[in-house]
Amino acid sequence: MSPGSMSPGSMSSAREQILARIRAAAGAGAAGGGPSGADVDAAYAALPREYLRAHHHQDITDLFAERAADYRAVVERVTQAGLVHAIARVLTDRAAEVAAASFVVPAGVPAEWLAELPASITLTNDTPPLLAAELDRSAGVLTACAVAIAETGTIILDHGPGQGRRALTLLPDFHLVVVGSDQVAADLADAFARLDPARPHTLISGPSATSDIELIRVEGVHGPRNLHVLLVAKT
Amino acid sequence: MTPPEQAGPHPGMPTYLGMPSFPVAAKTAVADSQLRRNLAHATHTIRVKRAGAVGELADWQELRAAAKAIKDHTLAHLDTYLVRLEQNVTKAGGHVHWAQDAAEANAIVAGLVRAAGADRVVKVKSMATQETGLNEALAADGIGALETDLAELIVQLGHDLPSHILVPAIHKNRAEIREIFLREMPDAPPDLTDDPRMLAAAARAHLRQAFLSAQVGVSGANFAIAETGSLVVVESEGNGRMCVTLPQTLISVVGIEKILPTWRDLEVFLALLPRSSTAERMNPYTSIWTGVTPGDGPADFHLVLLDNGRTTALADQIGRQALRCIRCSACLNVCPVYERTGGHAYGSPYPGPIGAIISPQLRGISSPVDASLPFASTLCGACYEVCPVAINIPEALVYLRGKVVDAKREKHFSPERTVFHASGLVLRSPALLAAAQRAAAVGGRLVARSGRIRRLPPPLSGWTDTRDAPAPPPESFRAWWARTRGSQPRGSRPRRSRR
Repeated sequence: MSPGSMSPGSMSSAREQILARIRAAAGAGAAGGGPSGADVDAAYAALPREYLRAHHHQDITDLFAERAADYRAVVERVTQAGLVHAIARVLTDRAAEVAAASFVVPAGVPAEWLAELPASITLTNDTPPLLAAELDRSAGVLTACAVAIAETGTIILDHGPGQGRRALTLLPDFHLVVVGSDQVAADLADAFARLDPARPHTLISGPSATSDIELIRVEGVHGPRNLHVLLVAKT
Repeated sequence: MTPPEQAGPHPGMPTYLGMPSFPVAAKTAVADSQLRRNLAHATHTIRVKRAGAVGELADWQELRAAAKAIKDHTLAHLDTYLVRLEQNVTKAGGHVHWAQDAAEANAIVAGLVRAAGADRVVKVKSMATQETGLNEALAADGIGALETDLAELIVQLGHDLPSHILVPAIHKNRAEIREIFLREMPDAPPDLTDDPRMLAAAARAHLRQAFLSAQVGVSGANFAIAETGSLVVVESEGNGRMCVTLPQTLISVVGIEKILPTWRDLEVFLALLPRSSTAERMNPYTSIWTGVTPGDGPADFHLVLLDNGRTTALADQIGRQALRCIRCSACLNVCPVYERTGGHAYGSPYPGPIGAIISPQLRGISSPVDASLPFASTLCGACYEVCPVAINIPEALVYLRGKVVDAKREKHFSPERTVFHASGLVLRSPALLAAAQRAAAVGGRLVARSGRIRRLPPPLSGWTDTRDAPAPPPESFRAWWARTRGSQPRGSRPRRSRR
């Protein structure tokens, strides 16, 4: 228990009171409740789910490319052989654009991805962890991803190897992400089934945006204002 | 406008103090032509876009039915799922607190902020903390709360109140926002224009340092997954990611109805929410975290589970459906009343059709504004049609109207009731009705102008304050029928045999 919380007595009484009120509410807890309640789970399993598992079944990779681009991500299709060259080109262009050459590359990014980088590009890994201000000053970040969703043009990071902790893909103003065709799920159902809920996740659909002024979408607020996707074809 | 004062220490949800009843507030709002233009523009834009985003999914109705069923099931077994959530958050290294009302929730948050040694917090837009008046409570404790959502920042800098669930500054247009930034933001660029892009960039620069140095973040959550203990925050700008990732301490205040049974349920709700709210296939950013992850994000995570009237709503068989709400705001954007009055007239952090059924349930119907909210609707049903969790808002409104009338009946003399009582007597007697109609024809002519009755003397003014009535015709239908038996000049009417 943390030092800042309410005293255990008052906390547990709030907890018990709320649970008691829920059980008293007509119809609630009728199945007997309890955290293991098998009858609750049986009722849950019987709920209607007549929606589609996926809205598209063909050309999933094309659909992902199209829909990610819809939200102003820059999407490039590359071959496995062309990936290394594309990474070097994109980072070099970015460095020239912002006159900064230091990119963040988390642990687990395959060494061969970085094979063609020119000497002018410097790479920083996150060991020991970079300060927020250092991430903020970097020219960008290069990562892999966990899963992508074609239907919505979404990239999902589970912040595992090659993706880095969450701040790494948040503070730099430029995010280059490599998506393999086999990572593209058709729709939400398939994508969520592939993920481990214990991990932290970030779902990314285009660069940061806002609709707060007159409900008009404007790209570029706090998250990376530039999202560049390299979509790698199956070999 | 000068915002009405918020209520001071209050155990429940703050009613904006001095807030008049809906019809009174609406009258002022409707007279503001700038406000009406801003609202009409924004709501029409989003309506068209939403229809497109929803139309793209052939199984929208099936998704909606699944969402409704999942929420109803969860509400029916809320105790089971809350205990499960608590266990799984704790197992993942988080701390769970329970708050019966706003005052308890605010006190828990203030205690946690002080324990973290901080005197300011960065906040993600959160309806739950709007509802509890957290910012005001923290300020009273000497803790500064910085709103980081662009629209919330506009509201905070403008010393204003939010008027929309999704876009709290929807009542302000770009030129007004530029003025607020230039006046209230010391680091705003002097050459700031009203280009939304430039306004967003100014907000980015203004908040950057606050994010980088924040010790404590405060959020709500769109969903809390019982099965895994995961919390989900759906957003667009990246301010949410900043607040749930960078500070060492994260406090999430979440209404007990936000719970979903399993991870899998996200496949339903993340299909429905973005399309219903911002009309996007998917919002730019969604953060999901489960307890604490060593080396990634906050080391200290606290979940505050908030009741604040929800268990009262849960006990009401008709009212409880409001607890399915996922705060998408689609019902606001289609509502003909909201479009004309804006959100402030509803006197609550929850405006629009959903607010008209949530606020009176969470706060009760004793204040003038809460008692008037169930009547702030034409019952056209557009809100029900767009609701992604199929809340029958018109049904709930009519039901709550009944409760308001019942409450009044117990207390006061009501001119309305007297009039309806008299009408009952007249309608039961053909002779009295004929006499009344003759009188009305004459009387109506006397008070009507151009065929409309615009103002009647008290106590009948209650009827004409907010609506015109057509003047009664010179001859009633019954009188006309008795005189002519319905016969018209020959040839203009098919012949019918008399019964």
